[in-house]
Amino acid sequence: MSRREAVRDLVVEYGALIDADRLEDWVELFASDCRYSVISAENLAQDLPQTLMACDSKDMLRDRVTAYREVNEYNFHSDRHVIGGVRFRDESTGGPWRIEANYSLFQTDVEGVTRLFLVGQYDMSVVFEDERPRFADVRVVVDTASIPTLLATPI
Amino acid sequence: MTLVNDPGFTVDWPRDDYSRIPYWLFHDPKVYELERARIFRGPVWNYLGLEAEIPKPDDFRTTFVGDIPVVVARAGDGTVHAFVNRCAHRGAQIVRTTHGSAKDFVCIYHRWCYSLEGDLIGIPFKRGLKGQGGMADFDMAANGPEKLRVASLSGMIFGTFSAHTEPLEGYLGAFGCGLIERMLGKPIRIYGYQRQVIHANWKFYAENLRDTYHASLLHTFLSSYGIDRATQKGGVKMDGRHRHSMNYAFAATDGQDEARAAYAGNSGVSLDRLKLRDGSLMRYVPEFEDGMNLATPTFFPNVLLIQVNNVLSTRQIRPKGKDAFEVFQTLFGYADDDEAMTRHRLKQSNLVGPAGYVSMEDGEAIELAHRASASSQGFTSVIEMGGRGPIRDLEHRVTDVPVRGFWSYWSELMGVEPVGGVR
Repeated sequence: MSRREAVRDLVVEYGALIDADRLEDWVELFASDCRYSVISAENLAQDLPQTLMACDSKDMLRDRVTAYREVNEYNFHSDRHVIGGVRFRDESTGGPWRIEANYSLFQTDVEGVTRLFLVGQYDMSVVFEDERPRFADVRVVVDTASIPTLLATPI
Repeated sequence: MTLVNDPGFTVDWPRDDYSRIPYWLFHDPKVYELERARIFRGPVWNYLGLEAEIPKPDDFRTTFVGDIPVVVARAGDGTVHAFVNRCAHRGAQIVRTTHGSAKDFVCIYHRWCYSLEGDLIGIPFKRGLKGQGGMADFDMAANGPEKLRVASLSGMIFGTFSAHTEPLEGYLGAFGCGLIERMLGKPIRIYGYQRQVIHANWKFYAENLRDTYHASLLHTFLSSYGIDRATQKGGVKMDGRHRHSMNYAFAATDGQDEARAAYAGNSGVSLDRLKLRDGSLMRYVPEFEDGMNLATPTFFPNVLLIQVNNVLSTRQIRPKGKDAFEVFQTLFGYADDDEAMTRHRLKQSNLVGPAGYVSMEDGEAIELAHRASASSQGFTSVIEMGGRGPIRDLEHRVTDVPVRGFWSYWSELMGVEPVGGVR
């Protein structure tokens, strides 16, 4: 399998693990030194740094998942990611690869009612650890700046 | 024409101390319409934004007063103006962006032109063409968009539609002015916005902000990680009219044993059972002389300032019809923060907003209340934690007394107070 194919698989796995509610496994798609953030396109366009979620380490990412499992209350829902084609922006030799992909995220409630929850773009950087691709940085840009209800599950 | 003082409906209050609120007040379209006239266009000061968001002449932002679209702009002479974002001609929205910088505003429909002060200054073909058509005798000065009276305190901008609104300082009182000065008394840096649409009536959120009882029970992040709990020294304060309120707490003022005993047996809340892998999230860098690490001064009708440890923001409720509202939060730090403090504040902002560790629950709880109460014909809520009867400040936080304060002033403005209603 080529490195490009491996990276494409990684992105597919990223959405599939969240949708399957396997968030602990999802965290393991990240490199040991990693960052994860969610920011509105609105703030980004104004060059404003304010995020909706921001984890600057894998431990912080794990804390997010633990709080989601054990502590926070939120609307019961299931997620369904539809992730578009991966655009390879920079395939550095040695350095991290930079990729982008569009996503739409549908949420379904306990009554089976589905809504389009969020739309946006992943801005990702990927490193290879033991030849396996892992996310060093995932910045989730949310076009839907006004979040419907609340945001509990990672996007 | 209906009588000015006739609300068009009557409220059958079960009690005169607002300890029972009929649910239909959240769901009836007539109530929502009257709130626009009597609350948001009434004798109140509505939050419009922060001066730091429009620092230079010609800068503008669009906002809402209730659900009325408003432009806030800084004119060439530096003064701040606000006017309804609705063309005087045919009602179209004039300014179509959230922010920017402009010498004037032009409605795209027929290109009527407005100054930053909100004056109508140009009408194409006003004198007609070749002696035909036009509306030459139209008085532009008398037909501009509606303007708001604007006042600002420590860079926090307020506007009012009513000629009868008392001066801003009096409206906020020493209570409010002191708290605004406390948080906005030095130059700030805007970090950005967090927005969220909650599908519920805006008053459910107005109540939530004044209900300190729910905080450590619904938002169990704080108690689960042993960081903040109702056993800390704190309380609620209100202004003289009980329309504004504040929830406050002092860091590290309760003992572990006291807290454990208090929470024992409360299902769903267990104290410090978890530990953050990255504890720096919760670090509190003392920065206010009064020692408070939590302060949420809430101003009638729909804005609050927030300090949660070192996270600072304003939060505005923007009604979107009777069944939805947007929570519009503007986060900031101080201009003299060093790089490390800026990073700290941004990291700690994981606590707040639609994805906030200590705030996300509100979106769900409020939608649950709205959803289930919609069909509750004749039923009321129960608001008597912390006491019935007179509305007063308390030196603890197991209370929803300020919720009754909100309803008292709401009822006064709406003209629906019960006979002998507490104030």
